[in-house]
Amino acid sequence: MSVAVDRPSLALDVRGDFPILARRIDGRPLVYLDSANTSQKPRQVIAAIDAHYAEHNANIHRAVYTLAHEATEAFEGARERIAAFTGATVEGTIFTKNATEAINLVAYAWGRANVGPGDAVLITEMEHHSNLVPWQVLCAERGAELRYLTVSPEDGTLSLDQLDAELAAGDVRVVAFAHVSNVLGTINPVAEMCARVRAAGAVAVVDGAQGVPQMPVDFGALGADFYAWTGHKALGPTGIGVLHGRPELLEAMPPFLTGGDMIGSVSRDMTTWNELPWKFEAGTSVIAQAVGLGAAIDYLAALGMANVRGHERALSEYALDRLATVPGLRILGPATAADRGGVISFAVDGIHPHDVAELLNRDNVCVRAGHHCAQVLMGCLGVGATARVSFGPYNGAEDVDALVASLSRAREVFGL
Amino acid sequence: MDDLYRDYILEHYKHPRNFGELEPHDLSAHAVNPLCGDEMGVHIKVADGKVVDLRFHGHGCAISQAAASIASEELIGMDLDDVAALDADWVLDLLGIPISATRRKCALLNLKVVREAVSGDDSWPVGATR
Repeated sequence: MSVAVDRPSLALDVRGDFPILARRIDGRPLVYLDSANTSQKPRQVIAAIDAHYAEHNANIHRAVYTLAHEATEAFEGARERIAAFTGATVEGTIFTKNATEAINLVAYAWGRANVGPGDAVLITEMEHHSNLVPWQVLCAERGAELRYLTVSPEDGTLSLDQLDAELAAGDVRVVAFAHVSNVLGTINPVAEMCARVRAAGAVAVVDGAQGVPQMPVDFGALGADFYAWTGHKALGPTGIGVLHGRPELLEAMPPFLTGGDMIGSVSRDMTTWNELPWKFEAGTSVIAQAVGLGAAIDYLAALGMANVRGHERALSEYALDRLATVPGLRILGPATAADRGGVISFAVDGIHPHDVAELLNRDNVCVRAGHHCAQVLMGCLGVGATARVSFGPYNGAEDVDALVASLSRAREVFGL
Repeated sequence: MDDLYRDYILEHYKHPRNFGELEPHDLSAHAVNPLCGDEMGVHIKVADGKVVDLRFHGHGCAISQAAASIASEELIGMDLDDVAALDADWVLDLLGIPISATRRKCALLNLKVVREAVSGDDSWPVGATR
């Protein structure tokens, strides 16, 4: 079967900014389609980290010499630009190790103080383990109940009616959900959900790991209480995540990790806490990572997040159309690109996802296969694993063409 | 021809031997590959200290299913003591294809489950030479 699909006109052409994408393996180009797993890095980010270590390296917040001033300014300057980029306050922008740690910060510091026996925590079946296990552990420890919003097996969406019904039970203290599903691509109606959660007196925690890298995010406008994301999926380095929180909640919370830098003063028997955001940043901070993430945010801001979203949406639309021409290929999640982020999970009849990924790798086509840290969702979908492609601003239609051609070769190997 | 997906591997994947369940059975075990979520279970019937019948079930990739299918033909008739002593090399040799580090657990999942059923040892098999 062959169906002609017009190549889309795309907003961005930035492949040249990403050194790794010039790499050839066995003489052939790299087709990187795993950005939901981790993004590649533009040379601007690599150069900023290099320059930090080569020219400005010192510990922050304590020494008085020039290097320390420069490092502190670079670190806090990155925080200010990141907060501006995501519509958050500077004092409510906390650096963590990754999104997982950001969610754990909330589950431990806020959760242990506010969730108890008889309370419920509401999450969704589409959550990544990072936004599931911390709540499971909290509930087990505090004698609270963990409940799930179901995911429609047809189109991968949540039901606002079910959310309302759960909230009406009156025992829900916190609702935690993904901005964008890392498996299905579903873009959840975050503002709508946060409004309902907060109107019911509960706290809304959003896992934005797949949100910030690919669409405009305004923490204030979304109305969330907490919003967690990670640097390495947003063109930045590994080792840094961000938690945005409403300052009044953060003020009232006990600290998460304790030690250096997060203190006001320490005496033999007691300690007072530093101001926000440093109260939640114990120990030497992720300094070079923050510098790198600041450069990544500058890069994304220059592209314009509306352009990034438009680019990936057009590419997803093209990919959905092209993948529909592959015999025996079934796409999971929302049917149209308007309702999904730049991630597409699929199954190929007769070839296990691991074998799909293995065979695509023969053509340097990098995709993820597995449960995507979403085993509860896999159970709902009735599959053990999926193959998944995901896009970054550096992908083009030629990457989708290479994917589809490689899928045809994979089917041939399996005699399909 | 593909190095990994050889004809006999695909043949066992598409038409696995001894696939299914066995009721009643004397021994059983079940395990998952934590890397990918693939699952495999095994039912074994025992007489006179030997495996007299065996079925495996679950879902997995071509490598894990072919490994289970090929191994099942060897396991039936084997002494339980010998089964318990099998190591990773045994199944990798049976498969006869180059298994990379990332696919190693796919190849070994079946032996892990079989050994657990027979001896209670739920560790991942290791090999003497690789």
